[in-house]
Amino acid sequence: MKIAVCIKRVPDSETRVKIATDGKSLDEAGVKFVLNPYDEFAVEEALRRKEQAGSGEVVVVCLGPAAAQETIRTALAMGADRGVLLQADKIPTDPFESAKVIAAELKGSSWDLVLFGRMAIDDYHHQVGPLVAELVDLPCVSAVSHVEIAGTTGVAEREIEGGIEVVDFSLPAVLTTDKGLNEPRYPALKGIMAAKKKPLDVKPVQLGRGALEIVALKPPPERKEGKIVGEGPAAVGELVRLLREEAKVL
Amino acid sequence: MAAKFQGVDFYQVDGLLSEEERAIRDTVREWVDDNLIPIIGEAYVAGKFPKQLIPGMAELGLFGANLPEAYGCAGLNNIAYGLIMQELERGDSGVRSFASVQGALVMYPIYTFGSEDQKKNWLPQMASGKVIGCFGLTEPDYGSNPAAMITVAKETKDGWVLNGAKMWITNGSTAQAAIIWAKTGALDQPDSIRGFIVPTDSKGFSAKDQKGKLSLRASDTSELVLQDVHVPKDAILPKSGGLKSPLMCLTAARYGIAWGAVGAAMACYDEAVSYAKQRVMFGKPIGGFQLQQARLADMLTEITKAQLLCVQLGRLKDEGKSTPQQVSLAKRNNVSMATDVAREARRLLGANGILAEYQALRHLANLESVYTYEGTHDIHTLILGQEITGLNAFN
Repeated sequence: MKIAVCIKRVPDSETRVKIATDGKSLDEAGVKFVLNPYDEFAVEEALRRKEQAGSGEVVVVCLGPAAAQETIRTALAMGADRGVLLQADKIPTDPFESAKVIAAELKGSSWDLVLFGRMAIDDYHHQVGPLVAELVDLPCVSAVSHVEIAGTTGVAEREIEGGIEVVDFSLPAVLTTDKGLNEPRYPALKGIMAAKKKPLDVKPVQLGRGALEIVALKPPPERKEGKIVGEGPAAVGELVRLLREEAKVL
Repeated sequence: MAAKFQGVDFYQVDGLLSEEERAIRDTVREWVDDNLIPIIGEAYVAGKFPKQLIPGMAELGLFGANLPEAYGCAGLNNIAYGLIMQELERGDSGVRSFASVQGALVMYPIYTFGSEDQKKNWLPQMASGKVIGCFGLTEPDYGSNPAAMITVAKETKDGWVLNGAKMWITNGSTAQAAIIWAKTGALDQPDSIRGFIVPTDSKGFSAKDQKGKLSLRASDTSELVLQDVHVPKDAILPKSGGLKSPLMCLTAARYGIAWGAVGAAMACYDEAVSYAKQRVMFGKPIGGFQLQQARLADMLTEITKAQLLCVQLGRLKDEGKSTPQQVSLAKRNNVSMATDVAREARRLLGANGILAEYQALRHLANLESVYTYEGTHDIHTLILGQEITGLNAFN
């Protein structure tokens, strides 16, 4: 089974991010970058599929800056076989431009499965996986939280509002992975040491400007200090009045 | 869920580490956050070593991580090994002690003094956590003076017979195999000390939990009694000889302790900073008062110095240039430093600081043991004194 896993280098969700002086990008100084958490599900799923099949190859593809080699090596440490860095100076703000570059790389080989995290936690677009599927002309199931594959067909489950949607698909296919699909493994220490010896191709890519532009980034408004209305049953009337008249939530 | 530990790095010490070293540190850090931190308070209060963590630690490759891959180990350098100890002790000194004993006091002597057969037989089983080991050097009446030990091994036709007692043995009741140090000659011949691999189910071998500990409560500490324990000829570690052999093991373990102490100190500092920013008294966060700021400034300063000490010591060890005296300096300084940091953190936390829900007092109580074991603080003072002056002040 030959599987491509497309990953992204994103700021750690625990990092306190600062907006750069241009007002529309992040100040990367002192920011820790990690493998996008949703992509960890994709890497884990690929490794399990390969282990189940008994043979195959898991190739990690990442569009990103030179420093994303470290992110690729995280996936290699988990057990992926080789990596490809599509090296760009800047990640485009337009997901379609990213999708075009990744699709061009994927078209060079044939794949049984192409996996993405369902979204990147930095821009929340949810777009690149489905866009790539369209560009490489493969079926796509997004936000997969459970999957069974037998031969050249699969059944995927997606958590939707109030229920589970079950989708049949045929391989090869593009899946984007959601929480609940699996429990990603910790890279074993031996794996971390082995990762540097695994092949990692670096391919410079040219990205189009795209049609989207970020105009401004703003932090969410600071939460106002809470107000204690009173204590005990006596305070209920006043609380209800404030919720209705001031907060306007009732 | 509590925020994930972000580390303490005021001097960009991370920049002195390689990408692999950082990746190993981060992996163990995450594992500790996910698996150890959530259960450790309860295990400590219950006085139980959290055995359920053993398979996970083995799977990561934490046991004997600086020994070669040929024996099923991770083959890491000493910096990476130190970082593992740091992160484990950031969780709890007892859990770090478990890994220290398994790696530096059991696997290391088998690797260093063992025959090829012994290495092939024991090391892979120990790396995978299938066999847990303990290290028996200290005796009820001989702690800082192991040369005077009275445990003996007499050679017989088909092997050895061991008699004696060992005390303060970490993993003693958990272990399947014990490295026992015993005199093969007369009691006044410390040169006759040799190491033996003794299966703990041998007839005449017994381990008894040491009760009533107020420190290292999440660790198994036992007294071992060996009464006419017969072991085969090949139980002896053939390349061990004299007190120097167990002391080499202690140097290996102390190296890890120097790193571990930094982990415990970082945990306490991190907790103190977050508490100081949140706890409001007299109308503002207590971090805004000078006394607490002085505490935090001292903690950060001492942690930073200890971090740099560790990195340089690790680089020297990797180059084969470190001396036991340098290891003594690091163990002595860092554990004393961590004990001070834990105490100040405990005090900064006020009454909350005495609860198991917080870490500071657990670390402080643990560190009082670490201050005393593997060469007491005082003994390391004398080791350095002798190194400086050339004069022996031990007796």
